[in-house]
Amino acid sequence: MSIEVNIEKFRAESPMADFLRMERMPHIWCPGCGIGTVVNSFAEAVKKSGIDMDKLAVISGIGCTGRVAGYVNFDSIHTTHGRAIPVATGLKLANPDLKVVVVSGDGDLTGIGGNHFIHAARRNMDIMVICVNNFTYGMTGGQVTPTTPQTANASTTPYGNYEYPFSLPFLADACGATYVARWTSLHARNITKSIREALNHKGFSFIEVIAPCTTLYQRRNRLGDGLDALEYYKEDAGVEKDVDTRDVGIDFQGDIAMGRFVQREKPTYYEAVNERYANVLGDDYQLYGMSKPEREEKAKREAEERAKVQALMEDEEAQMMAEDMGVDEEGL
Amino acid sequence: MRKTAADPKGVLEGSHFLDGDHAIAEGALAAGCRFFAGYPITPSTETAERFAERCPAAGGLFIQMEDEIASIAALIGGAWGGQKVMTVTSGPGLSLMMENLGLAVMTETPMVIADVQRAGPSTGLPTMPAQQDMMQIRWGSHGDYRIIALCPDSPQECFDLTVEAFNLSETYRVPVFIMADETVGHMHEKVVIPPAGDIEVVQRNWYEGPKKDYRPYQFTGKDVAPMVKAGDGYRFHITGLTHDERGYPHLTVDQNEKVVTHLIEKIDSNADNIIRLDESEVEGADVVVVSYGITSRIVSRAVQLAREAGIKTGSMRLITIWPFAEKRIEELAGKVKAIVVPEINYGQMVREVERSVAGKCRVVSVPHCGGAVHDPDVILDAIMEASK
Repeated sequence: MSIEVNIEKFRAESPMADFLRMERMPHIWCPGCGIGTVVNSFAEAVKKSGIDMDKLAVISGIGCTGRVAGYVNFDSIHTTHGRAIPVATGLKLANPDLKVVVVSGDGDLTGIGGNHFIHAARRNMDIMVICVNNFTYGMTGGQVTPTTPQTANASTTPYGNYEYPFSLPFLADACGATYVARWTSLHARNITKSIREALNHKGFSFIEVIAPCTTLYQRRNRLGDGLDALEYYKEDAGVEKDVDTRDVGIDFQGDIAMGRFVQREKPTYYEAVNERYANVLGDDYQLYGMSKPEREEKAKREAEERAKVQALMEDEEAQMMAEDMGVDEEGL
Repeated sequence: MRKTAADPKGVLEGSHFLDGDHAIAEGALAAGCRFFAGYPITPSTETAERFAERCPAAGGLFIQMEDEIASIAALIGGAWGGQKVMTVTSGPGLSLMMENLGLAVMTETPMVIADVQRAGPSTGLPTMPAQQDMMQIRWGSHGDYRIIALCPDSPQECFDLTVEAFNLSETYRVPVFIMADETVGHMHEKVVIPPAGDIEVVQRNWYEGPKKDYRPYQFTGKDVAPMVKAGDGYRFHITGLTHDERGYPHLTVDQNEKVVTHLIEKIDSNADNIIRLDESEVEGADVVVVSYGITSRIVSRAVQLAREAGIKTGSMRLITIWPFAEKRIEELAGKVKAIVVPEINYGQMVREVERSVAGKCRVVSVPHCGGAVHDPDVILDAIMEASK
């Protein structure tokens, strides 16, 4: 059986046409894959946030999720394996007016790129990192990653995984991230909300999205297709409030704690640089030609803007709850 | 290509007593570099330290990254964020940079990488000089590509060539290396920094045209496409994958041929404009010594002694290492008895000399394992032997 897809019609009618490079469709992702949901939620969040799309840049590493940068209609860089975060760091520091978002996979960000991940979090670098965690290296054929739960089968652990996995929210929290959330690809609305919050957050924000790799992880572990994965998320994923990130590890097909685990205020790397230099070198210090009063004025303006957006988001949420759209406090 | 005077904020005009590492940092600031990402490694660290100290006054930013991989990666982001960017390193760090050197080459990202060479392999002799990375920069990243490399033999040249490295990097959208060594890096000499108005700086070739028509690449094999910076509404895409003019992945053999040919030809076809040599008494010589960097200064003594001994000896100093001066060497080969090539490695650039000479004269290698400069007498002996 073959399914006829009218690409031209899709390109013309997609509500995401402004956010995607439609000339690059169709994409490479498999049916049932969770990456598309994240991209959709990201587009939705950008749309709702009303931020200037020209001022947003997306950086990816290598792998299936690494292809996101190529499909989104923003300034975008598809980097080498694991190196999205340092490229994003350079971009953000060279051009501090940008919002810089890294979208990549678990292997890319926390395996080969793990060192960059922990240091960007430590510095509270003002970037957002979205990790699509499917517990596997998809592009290379289903190998074990630093997040693969123990006993899960991977092509390089054919007798089941025996390594201890990372719990990414705990890792991010421990390293100094100032916004940490986790959802599954079933919870598209929550992902959208989280991305909006992170877009409005100042500092290193980390959003983990548990997502199925149907072609490799699901099949190799006899877990069914994409729909079966979503059934599992529906059954075993739940919002945990005020939970300690030390307690949110994921066992093989076990419970998935979701929610916004961390949200705190701390000066960003860039703010710390400016503050330090200004304190020591005095009012004459200028970074990229910006004087102290200009910097302070800009910081004030941005803080007001963030507060406004925060209030707007809270209003919207209250309205949705009032209209009984099946949305509770956590947006579920 | 737009040339202007240097931004006075970065120019420390005057006569100074500087080591080569510090002179590199001053050259970068004079050239308009305002973003530096680096990781400490002997004997290059002083460049990073100097930049960190001086950049706030010039309105720039220094970040010490978690490793050399991150340092060069940050430069790619920094360059597309609109800044002139640089890093500094030495052998082991350079090895780590090879991965993203490839990304910089493939995405045609301008950047300057100073390599203050020390003796290897591996940790080797961290505090002692060598010239052992000459081939690593040329071949160390996978795939076929070209880079530009300049080789200073004094702190003054560390300054001058760093400015030139930035200019070449902007002109050809390619990573440019400063191939210093521990001795040049750590020796103090007089460095004259001219007034800003006398320093010629190539500004980035910014695209000016309708936003929707912007293409980050053109595969002409001669010129490079203008650049834009993130945040200006061009919505550019760049990738390490084989790509088309829009920067979109285009994974075919035909496209790869276009891209790779362009990366090679944009340097090779402009080699005559890039290559700089410093020749002395080469015409009519029986023996010519080809050298570069710190070794050239030892060579000047050996050549003096050889001339005193009555041997017609010429000297050619390679200021530009890559692209290699193959045409000039080939020309010389037909006129001299022998070419002598001393270098602080076990024979790297001598292979390029042999390739260019193609059997037309004798080529004598004078290798050194690294850790010190040659004794002039060793080079003199080689000249005497070659002149027979």
